[in-house]
Amino acid sequence: MENNKASNIKSSFVPKKKTFSEKFDDFKKSEGFYNYKKSKSAIAGTIIIIFIVGVALLGPLFTVQDPYDIASLSLMDAYRAPSFMDPDNTQFLLGTDQQGRDVLSAIVYGSRVSLYIGIVATLMASVFGITLGLISGYYGGKVESIIMRLADIQLSFPSLLIALFLMTIFGRGVTNILLALLLVGWVKYARTVRGATLSVKSSEYIEAARVIGLPSYRIIIKHILPNVLTSIVVLSTIQIGNFILTEATLSFLGLGVPVTEPSLGMLCSNGFVVLFSGMWWVTVFPGLYIMLIVFGINLLGDFLRDEFNPKLK
Amino acid sequence: MIKFLIKRIWQLVIVLFAVSLLVFIMTSLVGDPLSLLVKENASASQIAEATEYLGLDQPAYHQYFLFVKNALNGDFGVSYRYQQSAIHLIIERMPATLELVVIAMALSIVFGIVFGVYAGAYPNSFLSKTIMNLSIAGISVPSFWLGMLMIYIFGIKFGLLPVSGRGEVGTILGIKTSLATIDGIKHVILPALTLSMGSVASIIRLTRAGIQENMVQDYVKLARAKGVKNRKILFGHVLKNTLIPIITIFGLQLGSLIAYTTITETIFAWPGMGKLIIDSINSSDTPIISAYILLVAVIFVVINFVVDLLYCVIDPRIELK
Repeated sequence: MENNKASNIKSSFVPKKKTFSEKFDDFKKSEGFYNYKKSKSAIAGTIIIIFIVGVALLGPLFTVQDPYDIASLSLMDAYRAPSFMDPDNTQFLLGTDQQGRDVLSAIVYGSRVSLYIGIVATLMASVFGITLGLISGYYGGKVESIIMRLADIQLSFPSLLIALFLMTIFGRGVTNILLALLLVGWVKYARTVRGATLSVKSSEYIEAARVIGLPSYRIIIKHILPNVLTSIVVLSTIQIGNFILTEATLSFLGLGVPVTEPSLGMLCSNGFVVLFSGMWWVTVFPGLYIMLIVFGINLLGDFLRDEFNPKLK
Repeated sequence: MIKFLIKRIWQLVIVLFAVSLLVFIMTSLVGDPLSLLVKENASASQIAEATEYLGLDQPAYHQYFLFVKNALNGDFGVSYRYQQSAIHLIIERMPATLELVVIAMALSIVFGIVFGVYAGAYPNSFLSKTIMNLSIAGISVPSFWLGMLMIYIFGIKFGLLPVSGRGEVGTILGIKTSLATIDGIKHVILPALTLSMGSVASIIRLTRAGIQENMVQDYVKLARAKGVKNRKILFGHVLKNTLIPIITIFGLQLGSLIAYTTITETIFAWPGMGKLIIDSINSSDTPIISAYILLVAVIFVVINFVVDLLYCVIDPRIELK
């Protein structure tokens, strides 16, 4: 009897766990979602992103050839103009390059490389940066000042230049590019997370957690990390776009992905050679697609930033 | 003020120390310096001589000191490709790059601030929304691609403007510049436009944000209540208060413009530092690479210093610390 009463009291104080559909209903009623529905650019960004991810995942099922497979290329098809300029060409919608590679297929496969690098590099940079940011914000002291001085020095140089020199040391390759982007990208995360940690650290519930004797790592993961999560999501959205652009630029300069795994930037670079003979489609379409990807990401990223973190402006 | 200067110079020393250490490690990692200095069929005595010259028989820290000592004397070694002093080669090409950067910077400040102020003052007008969407497009477009597009449209398709090189170089006030001749000006248009595009977009966005932030402040309300003209509020009061963040981004943009000259110069075959460094990277010409990195590091630290000084000029409330 006594026991029952105790559990009754307890259950009336513990908020009921919400099911997923209830949470979803809450989300649909939230202010953020209302603003989202009203923002044309955020919706446009979402549509672009869904389209791009769809193309990257399913595109290879529909392309006329596998641009990596040299056997499927035929020099007979080289130098074909896009369909809308050359009515005889019904097979290669966006034309072909000097080796008879279908530009559209190359874009589909190239976007996979670009997106892979953008997303994985962002994940790596965020994990590394968040860890350093949490450590320096929570523990302070010497560790903090070393990490933050390093960040200051790095921030006074443009990230493109740092990435360029790192790639000079590392040499071409997908793994090397990921590493270079990680070393370039961690700073923003470390700074944002450290700032947020500092402001959360002095709040009463963290003090309470410390008083009841929770270990530091638990306080950091369970109580501080969730508070900095929105800033991280906002930052990451924009970072993916930045990384895709940086990778494209490096690849264009010949310091990015290897020739065997052409990203969109590399396709532009290949097309530059034949641009002067008037074959604009080989380089214009891949570049346009890079722009579309980054544009979509930035549209959504802008909305998220305004919505969740006005200070980041 | 003096305290500030000392602090800044100390900072410069630390940055240069860190960068020089990195450059030193990099040059030791990229290839065997010995193989670059002596020929394949060199005799044992030639190899020994080169080893001693590079200090390769000494411990690593000693090699580093040797590197720093030479660097302080402006000696980064001789370029493998051009057989000339590396630092001399870079300085020779600096004016071409600076010319491009200065023009691009001027373009981005003028267009960036004009459009930014407009978009901030009338956020709901159709033109403002167009400006803002274009500015997102501007930061999303790869600059090398934009350059290629310009080459195709203005150079190849319509043949309006030259797309390669610097053109005829004349002399104004003792400085050799493309701006002195009509041919030179024609050559500079496309690269400068390409280079400025990203900065224009960033400055537009920042100016707009600053204007909007200030428009709701009390002093604007007071000015309105007093009956001050809208134009005067905008340019006399609000813009002044927006300048601080703009100056900050000005410094950052100047840095990134210098970084992006590597791309613009490569595309337009502009004979500046940026093209030189990319060519050198592709041919592993380490003396030029290390000289360039250290030089650029100095430039960036100086830019940051000047930006800090400008803060005080614009806003006397800010004290140098």
